[in-house]
Amino acid sequence: MGAKPMPVPDADSRRFWEGCREHRLQIERCADCKTARFPPAALCPHCRSSRSEWVAASGRGTVFSWIVVRHPVPKDMYAGEVPYVVALVELEEGVRMPTNIVGCAPDAIRAGMPVEVVFDDVSADITLPRFRPQVPS
Amino acid sequence: MWTLRDKYAIAGIGTTKYSANSRTTVLNLALEACGAAAADAGIAVEEIDGVVSYHFGDSVPSIAVATGLGLPAARYAVEFSSGGNAANLIVQTAAAAIEAGLARNVLCFRAMNGRSGLRLGGSRDLNSRGITQYTAPFGWITYPQAMAMWCRRHMIKYGTTSEQLGAVAVACRRNAALNPRAMMREPITLADHQSSRMIVEPFRLLDICLESDGACAVLVTPAERARDLRRKPVYIRGAAYGGGPNQGDDLFDAIRWPEHAHNYAKYIAADLWASAGVGPQDMDVAEIYDCFTYSVLMQLEGFGFCKEGEGGAFVEDGNIDRGRKIPVNTHGGLLSEAYIHGLNHVIEAVEQLRGDAGSRQVAGAELALTTAGAMTCGSALVLRN
Repeated sequence: MGAKPMPVPDADSRRFWEGCREHRLQIERCADCKTARFPPAALCPHCRSSRSEWVAASGRGTVFSWIVVRHPVPKDMYAGEVPYVVALVELEEGVRMPTNIVGCAPDAIRAGMPVEVVFDDVSADITLPRFRPQVPS
Repeated sequence: MWTLRDKYAIAGIGTTKYSANSRTTVLNLALEACGAAAADAGIAVEEIDGVVSYHFGDSVPSIAVATGLGLPAARYAVEFSSGGNAANLIVQTAAAAIEAGLARNVLCFRAMNGRSGLRLGGSRDLNSRGITQYTAPFGWITYPQAMAMWCRRHMIKYGTTSEQLGAVAVACRRNAALNPRAMMREPITLADHQSSRMIVEPFRLLDICLESDGACAVLVTPAERARDLRRKPVYIRGAAYGGGPNQGDDLFDAIRWPEHAHNYAKYIAADLWASAGVGPQDMDVAEIYDCFTYSVLMQLEGFGFCKEGEGGAFVEDGNIDRGRKIPVNTHGGLLSEAYIHGLNHVIEAVEQLRGDAGSRQVAGAELALTTAGAMTCGSALVLRN
């Protein structure tokens, strides 16, 4: 088994990954025009302000699009994982995030399906935010 | 907008054999195709002083081709770090460079050992730095995986079906059967498409293009020079390059793209047709970038051959077949001829406009569209004879 790709946090993303490590989903937004952005970045592409702040995301969203990976690439990393689902999830805060949908048969996924974040501690340093169907409260 | 209507021409074309294993270097492939393009035009190599290419770290620099061919003065030897979206852009910049006085005659090439050597995407960084830290850790790595997300969105929004995608694969293969250069000439049926194995839903194996070793080259010259050369000039009538807002941090990244049910074509079509002074209804052939079946649907819609969302029904009804509304990918495309990253579409358009396409000739073809790109940015040309 090859080692799967792991995020390499940088100056823009460190806060995001630290939040995931603490099982908190945080989104960066412009401190001036309040537009949320993902991925994190130094400048607001809406108003070009460099002042930003981090807000707690609700962790809820809906499935915008998804794929089901059946053929593993690279094979040594993903042969044991297929089939798995990669999705673009639209968060309530208005940004989209690539992720996996877990806890749901691939064939049961529908566009617009409500999902919620679930944190997966994949290593001592890295936690990935994956999503599962929302459990009715 | 392109303001050089008919001022520049493709005066020569060259290709290597397309194969799964060239048994030679990428540089040798590039030199063979470029040398063939110069010979086809009947121009002295000494007159060529520009070389333009594009690649993903899987090819050779333009200066290597200039050196290998022995160009006395390589004035405009440049390359784009880019995907197939640049296949028509390099032709545009060749003309722009000549117009600006940077060069006189310019070779445009793409060369790759895309099957036996570095396979496309093979140079992608699995270390997940930069934008890749938000994609690869979720197992979202390959180009089929990237573009399946777009295709799904078209299905969600418009009800497009796998069978409709299959119609594109079948049409391309039917054309490839007439093309001696094509790597895949064995006819396929819709049933073959539907029973081909699922790679990444919604893509089956036959929704995905080939991987190829080979090279293509075209020689761009001023129109008046082309008229003095050996072959019938093919004029660059219209051109456009670009995309919409939020093209992302690299070609894979489309996280912020407004709506994946349409692609770059929607954003450059108006400039393209205005620059050419003609429209989709005037095209005799269309060589449309088909790295995956779905990209043909989005470009047919974006460039106005049918309405947005109707691409699936349009191809299912046979409108892209020979003798119908708009013959598409008369060579078999990336799906069945070869994957020379879109420059092979320009080669085919030139052969059609010269009347040299043999048994796959579209009778009386005078205007051709070539396109390049599938996601957030791309390029297109309107060529005429």
